[in-house]
Amino acid sequence: MIMTRLSKYRAALVAGAAVLALSGTAALARDLTVVSWGGTFQDAQRELFFKPFAEKTGKPVLDEAWEGGYGVLQSKVKAGSPNWDVVQVEAEELALGCADGIYEKLDWSKLGGKEAYIDAGTSDCGAGHIVWSVALTYDGNKLTGDTPKSWADFWDVKKFPGKRGLRKGAKYSLEIALMADGVPANEVYDVLATPEGVDRAFKKLDELRPNLVWWEAGAQPLSLLQTGDVVMSTAYNGRITGLNKTEGTNMKLVWNQSIYAVDSWVILKGAENKDAGMDFIAFANAPENLAKLPEHIAYGLPVKAAAEKVDPKLAPDLPTYADNLAVSIPLNVDFWVDNSEELTQRFNAWVAQ
Amino acid sequence: MTDSFMRFDKVTKDYGSVRVVEDLDLTIARGEFVSLLGPSGSGKTTLLMMLAGFESVTAGAITLDGQRLNDVPTYKRDMGVVFQNYALFPHMTIARNVAFPLEMRGTPKSEIATRVKRALDMVQLGHLSDRMPGQLSGGQQQRVALARSLVFEPRVVLMDEPLGALDKQLREQMQLDIRELHHRLGLTIIFVTHDQDEALTMSDRIAVFNKGQIQQCASPRQVYDHPANRFVAEFIGETNLLAGKVSGVDGGRVALTLPDGSVLQADGAPGFSVGDDALLSLRPERIDLHGPADALTGLNTLRGDVADTIYQGDHLRIVIVTAAGRIIARVPRKAAEWPNGSQVVLSFRPTDGWVIAP
Amino acid sequence: MSRAPQLKALVLIAPLLVFLGVFFVWPLVTVISQAISDPAISRVLPRTASAISGWNGQGLPGAEVQAALRADMAANTDEMAMGDVIRRLNASKSGFRSLMGKTVTALKESPDKPLAEIDKRWGDTAYWLAIRENASPYTDAYLLESVDLERGSDGSIQAKPAGSSANGAIILRTLWTGALVTLCCLLIGLPYAMVTASVTGWKRALLLGAVLLPLWTSLLVRTAAWMILLQENGLINQALMGLGLTNAPLALIYNRFGVVLAMTHVLLPFMVLPIYSVLLTVPGNLMGAAASLGAHPVRAFLRVLLPLSLRGVISGMLLVFMSAIGYYITPALIGGATDQMISSVIAFYATGSANWSMAAALGLILLVLTLVLYALYNRLSREPGQMG
Ligand SMILES: Nc1ncnc2c1ncn2[C@@H]1O[C@H](COP(=O)(O)OP(=O)(O)OP(=O)(O)O)[C@@H](O)[C@H]1O
Ligand SMILES: [Mg+2]
Repeated sequence: MIMTRLSKYRAALVAGAAVLALSGTAALARDLTVVSWGGTFQDAQRELFFKPFAEKTGKPVLDEAWEGGYGVLQSKVKAGSPNWDVVQVEAEELALGCADGIYEKLDWSKLGGKEAYIDAGTSDCGAGHIVWSVALTYDGNKLTGDTPKSWADFWDVKKFPGKRGLRKGAKYSLEIALMADGVPANEVYDVLATPEGVDRAFKKLDELRPNLVWWEAGAQPLSLLQTGDVVMSTAYNGRITGLNKTEGTNMKLVWNQSIYAVDSWVILKGAENKDAGMDFIAFANAPENLAKLPEHIAYGLPVKAAAEKVDPKLAPDLPTYADNLAVSIPLNVDFWVDNSEELTQRFNAWVAQ
Repeated sequence: MTDSFMRFDKVTKDYGSVRVVEDLDLTIARGEFVSLLGPSGSGKTTLLMMLAGFESVTAGAITLDGQRLNDVPTYKRDMGVVFQNYALFPHMTIARNVAFPLEMRGTPKSEIATRVKRALDMVQLGHLSDRMPGQLSGGQQQRVALARSLVFEPRVVLMDEPLGALDKQLREQMQLDIRELHHRLGLTIIFVTHDQDEALTMSDRIAVFNKGQIQQCASPRQVYDHPANRFVAEFIGETNLLAGKVSGVDGGRVALTLPDGSVLQADGAPGFSVGDDALLSLRPERIDLHGPADALTGLNTLRGDVADTIYQGDHLRIVIVTAAGRIIARVPRKAAEWPNGSQVVLSFRPTDGWVIAP
Repeated sequence: MSRAPQLKALVLIAPLLVFLGVFFVWPLVTVISQAISDPAISRVLPRTASAISGWNGQGLPGAEVQAALRADMAANTDEMAMGDVIRRLNASKSGFRSLMGKTVTALKESPDKPLAEIDKRWGDTAYWLAIRENASPYTDAYLLESVDLERGSDGSIQAKPAGSSANGAIILRTLWTGALVTLCCLLIGLPYAMVTASVTGWKRALLLGAVLLPLWTSLLVRTAAWMILLQENGLINQALMGLGLTNAPLALIYNRFGVVLAMTHVLLPFMVLPIYSVLLTVPGNLMGAAASLGAHPVRAFLRVLLPLSLRGVISGMLLVFMSAIGYYITPALIGGATDQMISSVIAFYATGSANWSMAAALGLILLVLTLVLYALYNRLSREPGQMG
């Protein structure tokens, strides 16, 4: 009796060890994990970059979505051997992480050199992937006749009664408030760098407070506009063009005084698939591949050769279109890297009043 | 019984399509102790619940002291109820439990204290007044429940198997206590029980229930000695039933001819006439046994053979096979014993038998 | 041999001990230590930390402090650790991030360049004060900041300038929202539990099912469902306008009303179930007994049923309140800007700015609040417990 029981245990042990050994080898062969911002944008990326890359190299690609947050990346790298390899990050996360050393240095020779990119798209740690804008948006079917053309109009609740949507946070809200208050677009960050400028921005926000609805996720402003909860809102430009195309809506976007920024690919420090990640970035940003992206979603391209290949019919929808660039300003990453925490705290305090 | 303190007039209770109490009539006098006795499911609790106001009356009327009760809510009926599971409030001390009905009546505080103390002393629990119900034994809890149902001097006290959960010794003690209280306070008590000994010891009258109807309501002696029908005779105590035909009626005395032709004389309910089928109810302890040679006069006799003797401590049960069927006799230990198979003669006085309709 | 049973018992509870250790004790210790200590500066800039302690905080520190800082920066090889230093300093004084970035790069090229020449900000006392303030590995700055306090230049505790921080207000709002939700849950949950406990059969199953159903669907789905119902053109507004009860849509979403409504729905089971389970242990005929003793149904309820269900009521209130003050998703999606609760601030510090110490300090405050409540609950629930 005892003998049979013992041998049963032994069998179980052997089986357990085998499973462990198998899972060990499985862990060794983790797929290349690429993380982007989800939604229709990532669907497009999957078709254009992830699948073709996996087919070409035979290296399976696992794609995941995230919602931003520097802390997420930092804690992954700090914990050692991160489970993500390549991540698409915003400019601020790029700057912070590059200074903190949580990203691998890129091999720019594989990317055609920094001169192949627009300036905002180059960094030791990141290669620009898209250019996107935050812009004033309204429903062209609901607002007819006189339409808003600037942030000053956004503030004009007499002319355009109704609520307004703003992305919740100090970033964008303060710049927009200053522009609405008459600060010329190219002086916004100079004014904001002074305590008086910050006070001025908050004071301007005070005016609009009763009419503000805050949004956080990128899909929210569109549904707010569709349901009529707000009459105009800030929104990500790519989402608007996408919605108009898929749902036949007539959302209008005001390029004047819009704020654009570059999203970049980075490789997390110590990532297991570092080399494959580098190859992936080169593949996704190769002009012939990247140029197809605007057919799916209206983001600009920081790779000069790719931008040139874009279908001229699509170009006017992109932030990088010359006429659009002329009337918009770039997000000042250095300013936000320095002041994000303090201004966020103050913004939260202001919101809480 | 002319004092009709409480009356049930053709009271009927239906649960859906099931009739649980049917056309029940009952009158109870002030100060009376009436037990409701009957098999399980016969409607005793239902009747009590209607009386307390927990259940509605389907048809008929209940009156108390000339007041129609049917539509009076429970809290205005002024009846003390003692439940089988005590139903003490677990979050209140004993004293607060007992004070509860007085507080509900707005009795002044000082008076409450003295009355609570008196009530608890009455059940000999004065020293436990600050305990919680959970810290008392079952018997103590039952006494608290009793004190609580009496402290406000209700017009009637209803008790539904209040002693069911207690052991035999405690139960007998409590039976005496309740009886004593009944006498001392002159309470009107309606007492539901399963236990016929309990009913016999405690009651002024016993109402025997079966299938939602009262079979007989009379004093314990009447119910035992002169059961109204076969159900009561069989339900209360043990009895031998001998079937025969009425062959003569003389006042309260009935002559019954058994199938084998022998004739027995016994008391009987009025209304028999010659030729009726009837049953003779003969309690085992009323039977005397004799040897075949003994000379007997003025008594009913039957011959038989001893089939079995069962030893029961203080008495013997003897099973005898007669021409009229098996008869059980109960004889004291000091009497002579008969071996199995021996011939015996059974005898009983006519006043010890009782003739009932079959 | 006699030790065998002991050993067996130990083996049996080992998983529990490991579980408690890994999922309870360890995170707790981590959170507390994160909230009160940050050794980044004393570790990466040890010379600076010791040199600057001698500085009186007036004017600029002496040359030896500047030399120590230069030496520390030259000696450092761990970029990530320097990142922690920069984050910590920048949290105290905005601008440190770009200043340090610039200085590190400049010192790599010419190690002897005076700091004031690299950036004029090194001539500003405020930056040096920030270093001194953070030189110790232990600090109460985060805990103070999480309740809108700070240390002045003389070291005394003082309130932060008005309008610069709203943690205190947000904590109060969190408590207030939690209290509102608890009250609503109580007002609905208590009668609901009583009705549920008093009926039997399919009626009870139905009532229990209705209250349990939300527990079987994900929080996100339930919250999204409320969004659909409450929005400006949502079902409720359409119904109200269709019935002619209002002619303009009511503001049901992106305000406190919506948050309290949705959270009440989500948390209702935590009120109903404890009360219900306590009521089940109350003998069914106590109310009848009270009535027979002359108590009007309302008084019988107040004197008997309510006190007896109190233990369940208190557990329910505590459960609801403690869950409510930790809520994040529902206020984020259904609330307006002034309905955000403390969790969203914690989330900002943790995932947004990687300021783990601030997140830990706020979390600690939430934890302490919860513990205080729990202690209160223990005291309150002991009394009925003794009676039982
Ligand atoms: N709420 C109810 N719904 C339906 N039927 C019921 C209900 N309560 C009691 N009954 C039925 O009514 C009949 C009488 O019940 P009751 O409780 O009055 O009997 P009882 O004489 O008190 O019995 P016991 O001695 O077992 O307590 C039983 O057949 C019982 O099943
Ligand atoms: Mg009963």
